[in-house]
Amino acid sequence: MADNETPEELRYTAEDEWIRSEGEEVVIGISHFAQDQLGDIVFVELPEVGATTEAGTPFGTIESVKAVSDLFAPLTGEVLGINELLEDQPELVNESCYGEGWLIRLRPTNPDELPGLLDAAGYIKTIAERESD
Amino acid sequence: MSGTESGSGGLMSEAQRTPLYAAHKRLGARMMPFAGFHMPVQYSSIREEHQAVRERAGLFDVSHMGQIYFSGPGVNEAVESLVTCEIDSLRVDRARYGLMLNDNAGCVDDVMVTREADDALFFCVNASNIEKDFTWIQDHVGPDVTVENRSAETALLALQGPASATILGKLASAGAKLPKRFRVARLSLAGVDVLVSASGYTGAAGYELYLPGTHAEMLFDRLLDIGQEDGILPAGLGARDTLRLEAALSLYGHELDDTTSPFEAGLDRFVKSLETGFIGAEALAKRPRDAESPQLIGFEMTGRGIARADYEIVHEGQTVGRVTSGAPSPTFGKSIGLGYVPKRLSEVGQALSVRIRKKDVDAQVVGLPFLR
Repeated sequence: MADNETPEELRYTAEDEWIRSEGEEVVIGISHFAQDQLGDIVFVELPEVGATTEAGTPFGTIESVKAVSDLFAPLTGEVLGINELLEDQPELVNESCYGEGWLIRLRPTNPDELPGLLDAAGYIKTIAERESD
Repeated sequence: MSGTESGSGGLMSEAQRTPLYAAHKRLGARMMPFAGFHMPVQYSSIREEHQAVRERAGLFDVSHMGQIYFSGPGVNEAVESLVTCEIDSLRVDRARYGLMLNDNAGCVDDVMVTREADDALFFCVNASNIEKDFTWIQDHVGPDVTVENRSAETALLALQGPASATILGKLASAGAKLPKRFRVARLSLAGVDVLVSASGYTGAAGYELYLPGTHAEMLFDRLLDIGQEDGILPAGLGARDTLRLEAALSLYGHELDDTTSPFEAGLDRFVKSLETGFIGAEALAKRPRDAESPQLIGFEMTGRGIARADYEIVHEGQTVGRVTSGAPSPTFGKSIGLGYVPKRLSEVGQALSVRIRKKDVDAQVVGLPFLR
């Protein structure tokens, strides 16, 4: 897998979310592998700004032509912003999953959760394990 | 993420392979289990494959479908009794859609009946129903009919889209004539004897090609190769599903099952006179058809959301029915669906809602098929 498909500077979850730290805040999206598996993304449902997320529980929904998938929060926190472009352009998640296709901006409220996230190598390993099942 | 895909069929490891399994892997298809077979969902993108069929051509492997052959002196009488469509008037080299009903007028399966000779017919049946159909048929025909299940050795390719005739013409021998809609012809394609049926499941013009599984990969590759200049794409079950939905073609297990009647499913035009006494006719005559009877409708979402199979259909806060199929339509750029509601709520223009993750989203009944 090429490096640009799993950027080194991000953290990941086994549920295919990526997390980018920006000071006290984090930006969350889905990985290249996830958007590729889903295929053409046609609908993204995100929480309201001000809502809270709980690590490991769904915070939204993403739909491809064929499938409906839950989006699982990587961290507990408060939603500071959502990517409003996705309402009309859900395909941005396919086109630029680490850029314009980001999902939510969060203020994490439980710092203990951060060390539990995967690094790029760890995430690549979970994908490889799934593929070999 | 954790996803659920529509379509099911047990664990991948237990699934059967079609003769084109190696070709799908070679083309990089995403595979999933469907009705007990490893089938390609998509090769490139469902939308691209869908668009190829609407504008140019797509090639599908549908070898998972079953073929059940009937021969012998009692064929016509026996098959006339098995299906809702007329067999008496079905001439040699013609195909016709019909339903096999059970004694309660529910659907055992929906089938394409093709007549190959005065005393030889075959059904093309749904993959998920092959065993059930074969048992049902054996239990309902007499000793003067020979019934053979040739599903395993028969491959089926579907070449669909406006460029289909051009592409197929290039592989047929000089002077060969392609059949017209709902007719079949035996043609030599790339040196292989193929039964070409001008039919399909996409709402587009096209052909279904029945041939021995041993030659399927060769023909599949030749069609993709020779159709390249016409913009052909290999297409998977994902596109097949959105295409058939736009054409409002029923899918067994969704719009049809052992309890739904063909009238409820809006398939009246495929049902001959009930007085002919086919299996299920008596029960069909007795089924109530009133304002509360279930009726299949087509709808489009007027609010923001995608209806999916098994979501509830709501009217004035009450659950009145359920969605049987739904997807974002690549052709229309909006979300469409099929579902059952009481007949009184089935008029075109009727406002309804679909309950999507506990939220009622606006929808409206529209005329079928979506694609005209």
